[in-house]
Order: sequence, then C-alpha cells, then structure tokens
Amino acid sequence: MRLTPDQSGLIRRAEKVTFTFDGASVAGHAGESLAVALLRAGHLHLRDAPEDGAPRGAFCCMGLCQECVVRIGGQVVESCRSVVASGLAVTSLKEQQ
Amino acid sequence: MTEMCDIAVIGAGPAGANAALVASRHGLTVTLLDEQPKPGGQVWRAKSAAILDAPSTPESVAGGQLRQHLQNSAVTHLGDSRVWQIEQSADGWVLHLLRHGQVPSLRARALVIATGAREFVQPVPGWTTPGVLGLAGATALFKQELALPGKRTVVSGTGPLVFFVAAEIRRLGGEVAAVITPNSRGDWLRALPAMARRPDLLMRGARWVADLMLAGVPVHWRHAVSEVEGNNNVKTVRFRKLGADWSPKAEARSVEADSLCLGNGLIPAVETAQLAGLALEHRPALGGWVPKRGADGETAVPGLFLCGDGAGIRGAASAEIDGQLAGLGAAQHLGAETAAERARLRPSYTRAARFGMAMTALSIPRKGLAKLTRDDTIVCRCESLTYGAIAAEIAGGAASTNAVKSGLRAGMGACGGKFCQSTVARMIAQAEGGNEADVPPPTARPPLRPVPVAALAGDFDYSDLPIPKPAPL
Repeated sequence: MRLTPDQSGLIRRAEKVTFTFDGASVAGHAGESLAVALLRAGHLHLRDAPEDGAPRGAFCCMGLCQECVVRIGGQVVESCRSVVASGLAVTSLKEQQ
Repeated sequence: MTEMCDIAVIGAGPAGANAALVASRHGLTVTLLDEQPKPGGQVWRAKSAAILDAPSTPESVAGGQLRQHLQNSAVTHLGDSRVWQIEQSADGWVLHLLRHGQVPSLRARALVIATGAREFVQPVPGWTTPGVLGLAGATALFKQELALPGKRTVVSGTGPLVFFVAAEIRRLGGEVAAVITPNSRGDWLRALPAMARRPDLLMRGARWVADLMLAGVPVHWRHAVSEVEGNNNVKTVRFRKLGADWSPKAEARSVEADSLCLGNGLIPAVETAQLAGLALEHRPALGGWVPKRGADGETAVPGLFLCGDGAGIRGAASAEIDGQLAGLGAAQHLGAETAAERARLRPSYTRAARFGMAMTALSIPRKGLAKLTRDDTIVCRCESLTYGAIAAEIAGGAASTNAVKSGLRAGMGACGGKFCQSTVARMIAQAEGGNEADVPPPTARPPLRPVPVAALAGDFDYSDLPIPKPAPL
C-alpha cells in the first residue's frame, strides 16, 4: 500500500526539443528550466570553481548561489533561471570542455 | 525610464502578494516586484510553461488562487525583476531593477519589503559535489518542473521540510534512498501541542512519515549527513548519529545514492532591508538576524514596511496575514483608514505565527551540528575557502564578518555571502567566546543580485561620450 501515490504518469509536458551543451545534443521540454533539463540528461557538472577548479552544479535552484551558471550567446546566465528552447547553444564554464 | 507608484512591494510570495492586494483595494497604485516570472514565492512557486497538465497539490492550489486574485486586481505585477539597489529620496524611494537585461528604475511613496528566506546548509565534506541540492532548493524543482533531483536520492535536514521533500520525490515517481534528520521523534512529540492548532497539516505530515515507513524507506532520526563521496557526482552519502546538542558521534554509516537534498532550516533574507536602512537584531527563535520592526510591519524608517519570513521565519500561513497587515500599514501611512481592518486580522496572525514558530524551532540547527564542518571543508563556495583558512583569518584578528570578508573575500563572491555568512558568523562567535548576538552579518552592499556590466553600460556609441573641453594652455 502507498499513502503517497506515484503521480508521475499523470503529468503532461510540452514537446521535446533539442539544444546543445558543450556541443552535445540534449533533449528537454520546451519552456522548462535549463538546469532541470541538464540534470535529467545527466549533465550535473556545469562549471569548475574558479579558485580550485573543483566540479560544481546546480545547488540552490532559486537564482542565489550562482553555482549553475552557464554561457549562452556570450552571456553568463543562471541555468536555473533560463529556459529550454529549440536550438539553444549552451556552453559550460568548465576549464576543459 | 522611471515609473511612479504609491507603494512598491519587493517579493511576490504569500506576504508580499497579500500586502499588494490589500493596499490596492484601498485605491492605491501598487507595483509588485519579484525575480520569478510568476507570483507565488518559493512556497507557492508556479509551474513552468513546460507543464501542460499535472495533479494539483495544496501548494499549487494556494498559489493558483493567489495568482488569480492578483490577476483580478489592479496590482501591477512586474515579474523577472531583481531589485539590486535602493535609494531613499525626498518623496519616498527609488528602486533600481534588473529586468530582461535592462536597468529601469521605479519610484514609490512607500515600500514594503517581503523578501522571504533562504536556506542554511551546514557545510560538510563534499557538499559542493554536483548532485547535492539544497533541501528547499529541491522543492523548486518539484513545484516548477515536477522534476526529480536524481534517480535515487538521500533526503536530509531539519523540521517538516525533510519529510515534504521525501514525499514529493515519491509522488513524482522517484526513489528515496534514506531520510536523515537531526530531529528525534521526541522533538516532534514535544511540538505536537503547537501542531494541534493545524490538524490538517499534522495529518498531512503523519501521512508522509507513514508512507515512508510502509515503503521501507529508512528514516534515521537524530542523524546527520557527515560527508558526500564522489568526484563529479554523488556516489555515497555518509551519515552519523548525533548527541543531544547535535554533535556528531560514533562511526559513520553510508548509503549509495546519485543525489542528496540537504538543508538545515531557513534564514531570513535581510540584505534588502539592510540596504533600505533598517537595523538588525538577533532573534534565534526567528531564524537568526532579523530587521527591527514594530506592529503591522512598521519600521523605524517612515514609509518602510516589512513582512513575511524576511522579518523572521514564521511560515507561509502566517506570512499571508502578516503581508495583509503590512499592506494595510503602508496604506494607512499614505492616508487610508485601515485601523479597524488591522485589529480584526491581528488575532489570526498571532495564531498562525505560533504554529510557524513551532516548526521553526524544529528546523533551527543546534550548536553541535557545526562540528560536521571539518578543517578542509569548503565553507565559502564562491571562493573555495575552507573552514581552516577562515579560522586562521579569525585567529589572526578578524573579529567581524566584515573583516573576514575584506581580508579573505569570504562573502564577496558571486553569491554575495548568502551561503557562507551564517557559518562564518558562528565561527567568529565561537572564537570570541560564544555569543552569536555579538556577530551581525556584513553590511549589505549593492548590487543585491549580480548585474551584468552590459546592462549598466547599455548601448552607446563613441559619439555619445561627453568630451570635456581641453584645459586652457
């Protein structure tokens, strides 16, 4: 018996589109958070910490910690506050991509 | 471009949105600013455009109603707006915003600050590993995207939030590897009298725990995560039994997982209030440092009002009423007659606040939890500064959070100190003899949020540059 029902089958999401992360093709739902699409695709390591080069990824999920920043169109943006769109070219802030 | 309104409200959660609604009902022009695209705050965060249909939850219903009320009101909601600087002017306030890459400003005769809270995470070795999310942070994934933090998740932290997060993971089809909470069953039993005021919430919580038990998910009471292993992603989560003051003891045990949600209660987000000129006071029962305020959101600064978790962690139910009181207080300041309405609301605020503070009491970390942070543990994530480096700076004479910040840059990084300052303050208090009330947070400085230089510089041409007249020879 489950007191908390599994409702995952009842969720309807927007169509899947593809974008790129460091050149690799990633599928995400149009309009969803970029951080979530990357997380689902297994791209957790989004940047290297500037001081010690250690791997970092999304942490606070609400636009405060700046851990999930990526580069889109030359701008450094928080992936948790960015939105998936078809054809988006996203690059990480890793030292070696 | 500078717009003018009677009242500007910063933060569109339950407090700010309700402040805006009541003030608007009194005929005042109100602009409601928030960094999210839609109102609701963190607790009632709206679903993203990618969710076409999903079962409702108590949070989605409450948020939906709030968004409907705002839509039907005269309130101007400016989403995607980050306030990065506040100035007082002769006739009120000037707010500098960052919105869609532009930096417009907004003038208001009165200001209501409802900036809510952020979470406290006690640093442990490996907490910077990708796949470790904040406990409150994870709720943003659930509410906005109905997404999971991973395939198999350890959920760890204090208060009711840890069980909400575990239940949401199960509702969304994920696997909870273990629940690890510093609270004991006894802590919860002692909170029962206060919780009995909200039998609905008590029942909901009891259901979450019973479901975990039935599903065979291990719940480790009076334990805490002590280390995260894995380099580029979470592989193993180690945890330890805690003593009465939450000092870790005994050998660590471990559980395999690909993700960890970790949080130790909420902290009032006070930088905006500090920047607006409010002094802080140390109120441990409210989550730490809170701006000083009087009745109905009033503050020492005329025309400046404060409400919600940013004034002390009392929870969403209390924030709704607190917001109405502050909105009515601001309306009164601008000439409306709201005394009777406020008097009617005060008893229900007191009741809701009592419940919220009981939950806060469960969520506040006890002293011993700080011992989870080891010498080589990173405390300041932005600058990769370890506990040991910060302790050495303190031992060398840095006796305030401002001194540690200017000496080491702990708190000067991209996050603006939002995830290290509480730990740093506790370290200073400990080194100086143990009183946290003697170690306030650093002075708030603009920008409150990162502002791209391009947004400030704007588009300009060489010919736009003013060329001063050459000096006479």
